Amino acid sequence: MSSKAFKQPWTLRTASSVFVIAWLILAAFPFLWTLWGSFKVELDFFSKADWRNALTGARTMAEHGSSFTGNGYSGAWVQEEFWRAVFNTAIVCFFTVAISLTIGTLGGYALSRSSYRYTFWLLITALIFRAMPPITLVAGYLLPFFEWNLWGILPTTIVVLVAINQPFTLWMLHSFFQKIPKELDESAKVDGCTQFQAFRHVIIPVMWPGVITTGLFSFLLAYNDFAVTSMLLEKENQTMVPKIASFLGTTQTEGNVMFAVAAVVSATAPLFILVMFFQRQIVSGLTQGAVKG
Amino acid sequence: MFFKKVAMASAMAIAAGTAYADCSISGRVNVVGNEFPAIQAVGAAAQECTGGEVKLNLTADHQKVNVAGMTGNPAEYTSAIIANSSIVALMNEDVIRPLDDLVAQYGQGLKKNQLITIDGKVMAVAFMANAQHLVYRADILEQAGVEVPTTYEELLAAAKVIKEKGLMENPVGGPFKAGWNLAQEFNNMYIGHGGEFFKTGTPEVSINNEKGIATLEMMKALSEYMNPDFLTHDSNATNAEYRAGNVALMHMWGSRAATMTAAEGVSDEVKNGFAIAGPLTVAGGDTPATTLWWDGWTVSKNISDEDAAATFQALTHAIRPEMLNDETSSLAVWLIDGYEPTEAAKGVFAAANSGSVPYPMLPYQGLLHSALGTELADFMQGKEDAATALADVEAAYTAAAKEKGFLQ
Amino acid sequence: MKHKTFFWFILPTALAMLLFIALPIVSVITQSLFTPHEQVFKTVENCTPFKCTQSTTIDQEATEALREAQPLGRFVGLSIYLDRGHLAFGEVAQAWQSRDGFGDFFNKIGNLPFYRAMAFTLSYTFVVTPLLIILGFMIAVAVNSLHRHLKGLVIFFSLLPMIVSPLIGSLVLFWMVDSRGVLGTGLQWLLSNPDLSLKASTGLTWIMLMVYGVWHSAPFAFVVFYAGLQTLPKDTLESAMIDGATRWQQIRYVVIPHLMPLVTFVALIQLMDNFRVFEPIVGFNAEAHAQSLSWFIFNDLGGETRLLSSASASSVLTILGVAILLSPVLIRTWRDFNSKG
Repeated sequence: MSSKAFKQPWTLRTASSVFVIAWLILAAFPFLWTLWGSFKVELDFFSKADWRNALTGARTMAEHGSSFTGNGYSGAWVQEEFWRAVFNTAIVCFFTVAISLTIGTLGGYALSRSSYRYTFWLLITALIFRAMPPITLVAGYLLPFFEWNLWGILPTTIVVLVAINQPFTLWMLHSFFQKIPKELDESAKVDGCTQFQAFRHVIIPVMWPGVITTGLFSFLLAYNDFAVTSMLLEKENQTMVPKIASFLGTTQTEGNVMFAVAAVVSATAPLFILVMFFQRQIVSGLTQGAVKG
Repeated sequence: MFFKKVAMASAMAIAAGTAYADCSISGRVNVVGNEFPAIQAVGAAAQECTGGEVKLNLTADHQKVNVAGMTGNPAEYTSAIIANSSIVALMNEDVIRPLDDLVAQYGQGLKKNQLITIDGKVMAVAFMANAQHLVYRADILEQAGVEVPTTYEELLAAAKVIKEKGLMENPVGGPFKAGWNLAQEFNNMYIGHGGEFFKTGTPEVSINNEKGIATLEMMKALSEYMNPDFLTHDSNATNAEYRAGNVALMHMWGSRAATMTAAEGVSDEVKNGFAIAGPLTVAGGDTPATTLWWDGWTVSKNISDEDAAATFQALTHAIRPEMLNDETSSLAVWLIDGYEPTEAAKGVFAAANSGSVPYPMLPYQGLLHSALGTELADFMQGKEDAATALADVEAAYTAAAKEKGFLQ
Repeated sequence: MKHKTFFWFILPTALAMLLFIALPIVSVITQSLFTPHEQVFKTVENCTPFKCTQSTTIDQEATEALREAQPLGRFVGLSIYLDRGHLAFGEVAQAWQSRDGFGDFFNKIGNLPFYRAMAFTLSYTFVVTPLLIILGFMIAVAVNSLHRHLKGLVIFFSLLPMIVSPLIGSLVLFWMVDSRGVLGTGLQWLLSNPDLSLKASTGLTWIMLMVYGVWHSAPFAFVVFYAGLQTLPKDTLESAMIDGATRWQQIRYVVIPHLMPLVTFVALIQLMDNFRVFEPIVGFNAEAHAQSLSWFIFNDLGGETRLLSSASASSVLTILGVAILLSPVLIRTWRDFNSKG
C-alpha cells in the first residue's frame, strides 16, 4: 500500500503526532474525567468545595473508607433498572440504522444517477425538511399518535427517527454515490442488467465506505436522540438518554446525579466494545474502501 | 390550621382503618404524572387494585404529554397527577371531569381539605403539599452571632456579618436560574411585598409598580451575596452548594428538606448545622414571601364512566391512610389522614400556618411566569434597570396573552 | 435513469419524509396563522387544601359553540410573526421613531427577544462552522498518516465528543467549567484571575458555547473527510510528487479540490445545525446569556401554558432562516448540477 512517495519527513511526522495526541486529549479528557468521577460520591464529583477532591475522592474516603465506590453503578443498574433502557436503545438503534440505510441507499443512488432537474429540487426539499426543528415536529405527532394508539411504543419511535433522519442520509449517500463512477453501472446495463441488477451486483459491493460512514451517523443520531425519544416513549420503553435525563431530578425534587454519571459512562462502554470488536471492519470499510476510480 | 386537623384526625383514621383496604375495580386505569418518589409510592399503591389493569407512566416530561394524552376520545390517560400550576393547562383545555358524584359514591374517606374545588365543583384530589422556606446552617449563624432571620432584611444583615467575618464567601443561596426558577422567586417576593399580579378580575398584567421594583431590588440585593453564577443555579445546583458547605442561608423547597443532608459524602459540619425555619417576610409585610403548592390527581373527561369510577377508586385507594408507613411517611408532606409530620416537614407547616398564599390557579398565570423567566435575567445581570425589565415582562406577557385569546 | 425506475427507487424514502415531515410542516404553517379563540372568563370560588379564594377561570361553555364552528381558531394572518416575540415590527418602528442616535436604536432592538437571539445564533453559526471544518480537516489528514493499527483506537476516541449525547456532554462540561471545577480552576490559574467565572459573563458564556460547538461537531467533519480521503486517487498525488509539489501544494491543489464536495456537504449540514443551536444552551444553563430560535420553541412548548401558534411561527422562521443562510451554497450546488447535467 504505502509507496515511497507517501513517506513523511520526521519533522512533519512528529508535528502530526503531537497534533493527534493533543486532539485525543481534548476529545477524551471530559470523558475520562467523568469515568474517574463516576466512582466517587456526588460531592467529590461536583467538587464545589475544592476541585482536587474530584481526583483524590476525599469525601468518598470519608463515606466509604475507600476512594472508589460503585454505588452510582449499582443504583443505576439495579435500583433503576438501567438495563431496560440499554435494551430499548439497542432495538431502536438497530432498526433505525437498518431501515434508514436500506431506503436511504435506494433513494440516494437514484438521486445520484438521474440527471433530471427534479432530482435537484428533491434534494433541496429534503434539505429544507431537515431545517424543521424536531421538537415542533414531535409536538405535532402527539395528538394523532395518541388518537391511533401508536404513542409510547418502540416501532413508532423507530419510524419517526428514520423519517427525521432521511434528509441527512439522502444527502450523505448522494454525495458518496456521486464519487462512484457512473461508467461502472452503465457498462453493467449495457451488458443487459436492469437498473436494480446493476445496483445490486455492481454498486453494492463498492458502496461500503459511504454506507458505513452514513450508518455511523444514523446510529449516533438514534443513540443520542432526546427530543423524539423523551416525548414519544412511555416510561417502560424509554431509551438511555431520556432515562439518564430523568436521573437528574426536577425543580422540586431531588435527582441522583451519580446515577446519571454512572449511566453516562455505562452508555458509552458498549460503543467502546463495539468499536474495538468491529475495528477491523470499520477501519477497513473506511480505509480500503473499494472505490477504484 | 388545616395541618393540625389532619394530624389530629390520624388516630380516628387508624381506628377506622382497614375498612376500605382492599380494592377491586372494573375498568381501565392509566395514570400520567411526574416521577418523584412520593408519586411513585402513590402509583405503586394504586397498582394494588385488582379486577382491571392499572398502568402508570410516571415521567419528568409528563406535562408535555398529558394534555395530548387526555384529548382523544376515549383518552389514553384516565388520570393525570398535577400540581396547582399545572392543573390550569388541563382546565384550559377542558380535559378533566368534575368529581362530585364520584366523591359522593366512593370518596367517603377523603377529607374536605383534600378536595380542590373550582367553581363549586371538585376537580382534583390533593395528597401532598409543598412550599419554599428558609434552610440555614445553625453553626454558622452561631459563629457569626446572629439570630435566625425571619425577614429578608434580617437575612441580608446576617449574610453581611457572615461575609465580613470571613466565614463564607457567598453565604446566600437560592434557585435563581433564569427561566422558571427565577420567575418563581419573583412571584414569592412580589407576593411578600403584597403585590397583585393582575388588575382585579381581568387578565391585564400590572407588575410594573413600586412593589415590583422593590421586589427586584430585593432580589438584586440577595444576589450580591450569592455565587456569581447564580443565574445558572437551579434547585439541584443550589442544593449542591449547600451540601458542599458554601451556603449558610437558603430559600429552598420543602420537598427537598428530608434528603438535604442525606446524600453521600456530606461533611458532619453541614449535617449537624442543618436547620429548617419557616418562610421569610419582606418589607414589613404580613404575608410570607413564598407560595403554597399541592400535588393531586384528576380524572379525565373523555373516558367512559366505568373507567372514571375505576380510576377514582384506584387512586382513592392509593392515598388511603394505610399507605403511610415508615418508608412513605418521609417522602412528602402528605395531606393524608394519619400523617405524622416529620422534622423535615416543619418548614412547609410553618409556611401554611403563617398565612402564606397558594400559587395562583389563574388561566393566564403560566404565561406571566414564562415572561418573567425570560425577561428578568437582564436586570439581574445589571444590563437594565428594574422599570425597563418589568415593562419588558409586561410586553412579553401581553403578546402571549393576545395569542392565547386572553386579551383582546 | 428512467422516470419509472427513479420513482420506485425513491418511493420508500419519499413516503417516510412526506408523512412525517411534509405533513407536519403543513400543519405547523397552518397553526402559525391561527390562534385560539378569545376566551370568556368567569369569576368563581376556588378551594385548595389551604383556603378558598375568588378566582378567574375560563368559561368553557361560552366558547364551545365558537370552537365547533371554527376548530382551527381565529385566523390572524401574519400577526403572530409580527408580534413582540418574533419579528416585532411594531416595536422596531417605534424604536426607530423615538431613537436617540443609532446606539440607542440598536440597544432597543437588542432588547427584543428575536433580534437578541439572532445576534447570538448568527455569531455562533459563523464562528463555529468554519472552525470545525478546519479542525476536522486537520484531524482527518493527521489520522490518515497514522499507522493502521492505531487508527481504530484513534477514531474511537476522536468520536467521543459526538458519541456522548449533547445533553449529557454539555452537562459534564458544565460541571467542569464551574469556577470551582477542574477547567474553571485551570483557567483562573492560567489567567491569574481568581474571580473569573465563565458562567457569569455574557461574553465568556458565548465563547464557552462556541468552543463546545467546535469540540462537539469537529468529529463529524473528521469522519466525513477521513472517508473522503480514502477515495483520493493515489496516482494523481504521486504525479504531483514527481512534479516536485511540496506537501502543502499537494494538499492545496490535490486533496482540497478532491474533498470540496464533502466540504460543501459538511458546511450545509453544520450551518443548519448551528443555526438551530439548542442543546448546549440548555445543557450549559445559558438561557440568561444566549438564546436561539430553537430555544424559543422549547420555551413556548415547555411552559405551563403552551404557546402553539408562537412555537409554530418560530419554526417557520427557522426554516426561512436556514433557507436564506444556505442560499449561497445552494446556488453553487445548482451551478454544479447544471454544468454536470
